[in-house]
Amino acid sequence: MDLIEGHAPLAPSDDIPVLDIDPYEEAVLADPFPYYAQLRETGPVVFIPRYQVLAVGRYEETKATFSDHENFVSSRGIGFNDFKLEKPWRPPSIILEADPPDHTKTRRVMSKALSPKVVRGLMDDFRSTAEEVVDGLLERSEIEGVVDLAEAFPTRVFPRAVGMRDVHARHLVDYGAIVFNAVGPDNALRRGAMARAPEVAAWINAACARDRLTGEGLGALVYKAADAGEITPDEAAMLVRSFLSAGVDTTVTGIGNALWCFSQNPDQWEALKADPSLARPAFEEVLRITSPVHTFLRTANVDTEIAGHPVPESAKVLCVLGAANMDPDKWGDPEAFRIDRRPVGHMAFGAGIHGCVGQNIARGELEALLTVMADKVARIEPAGEAVWRPNNAIRALDRLPLKLIPK
Amino acid sequence: MKVTYIQPDGSEQTVEAKPGDSVMQAAIAANVPGIVAECGGSMACATCHVYVDDAWTSRTGTRSESEEDMLDCAMSEMKDSSRLSCQLRLTDEMDGLTVHIPEEQF
Repeated sequence: MDLIEGHAPLAPSDDIPVLDIDPYEEAVLADPFPYYAQLRETGPVVFIPRYQVLAVGRYEETKATFSDHENFVSSRGIGFNDFKLEKPWRPPSIILEADPPDHTKTRRVMSKALSPKVVRGLMDDFRSTAEEVVDGLLERSEIEGVVDLAEAFPTRVFPRAVGMRDVHARHLVDYGAIVFNAVGPDNALRRGAMARAPEVAAWINAACARDRLTGEGLGALVYKAADAGEITPDEAAMLVRSFLSAGVDTTVTGIGNALWCFSQNPDQWEALKADPSLARPAFEEVLRITSPVHTFLRTANVDTEIAGHPVPESAKVLCVLGAANMDPDKWGDPEAFRIDRRPVGHMAFGAGIHGCVGQNIARGELEALLTVMADKVARIEPAGEAVWRPNNAIRALDRLPLKLIPK
Repeated sequence: MKVTYIQPDGSEQTVEAKPGDSVMQAAIAANVPGIVAECGGSMACATCHVYVDDAWTSRTGTRSESEEDMLDCAMSEMKDSSRLSCQLRLTDEMDGLTVHIPEEQF
């Protein structure tokens, strides 16, 4: 069989509308909102001929498809490649790219390592590091928000939380970007990621070895689960690798996107300063409106359906989380950034059994940083054009020049 | 049908709900404090933890293994009556259900 983008060709049912665009064109990745609207308006499920895939972007169908782990599996890859038909570039993740019952076992280990109780124990370090980073930046007239703050904070606190002895900030950030570009089609972004992958992945794998971790930290908790026989030592190393692919670049993106939202909506910064207890709900709204993970795919593992339309086995389906998070039928006024919206049910962390297992730690990091900033920063002002960095699964900033005006 | 939420300080709030709703959804719709539900019902955050009132535990069914795993991760102590309210679906015989909200959710 000739594969299309690493998956089986798809002849869709005639009743599924066609959306003849390239969602991975760099201009679309840089400004995806018109595409999100077009996707929702075209139908509950659409066919994209260029890649021979289906796509969902309305809230209800996106949530239903993404969460239906029995019909729409993750073990065949959450990108274009169907792991049943083609060998993936790295050994598949035993949590992200796995189904029950295997997934259930690894998910349990990761849930415990990243539980609210564990995150509570990390908060003092998150707060004091946020103070150091922010105090340093307030002495400068202008900052580059991505490098100086969005990357600086997680690359200091997260490796320490994991218990890593080796820290290479660039590799840590880039590893996530590589993994996420790899889930896209065979475009320049994916090829660029693949070219860098051997060097970065080798460093990551070495840094995840047990003897490169301290006895304290999230990594040690995972290796202790191996000692207890819940998983094998090799699986423990794989799960520590998952902390690094999923826990650094994503948080960097979340912080950058939060700074961007506040720099564009000064009234909402005033609202946060007036009530810093809104830091957590504010981050939820940042997640909803910017969707740091914009798209993951699922694979139909049986003949099934979406919104009454037949979907054949082996069909790849783009679950466009960013479009679902902007669906006016769900949110009413999706384009308004309101930190008191409390958008429970947004799709930025996914949903169902594959909902982000690290979401509690991400919230802890953002709560610490936004609370410290609300205490010290009077205004966050743009100091030049914000530039987005196209990625096949992530919507992140490349550059964000800012002025932080101290209180 | 009605559901009553009792805060740690003893104050009560009774809200309208319908069969099929989760106890979490009914609380979010009525802005009941203390039901945070950050993950939206995916059993990924344990911030919608409640204690089912003793008078109701025979009618609320049993918790699944994965729900129990998550409750074990919750900020406040897990008890026999602990449930994730996102997993607690209302049925007709649960009209009048009373749940207690724990001290802390995150």
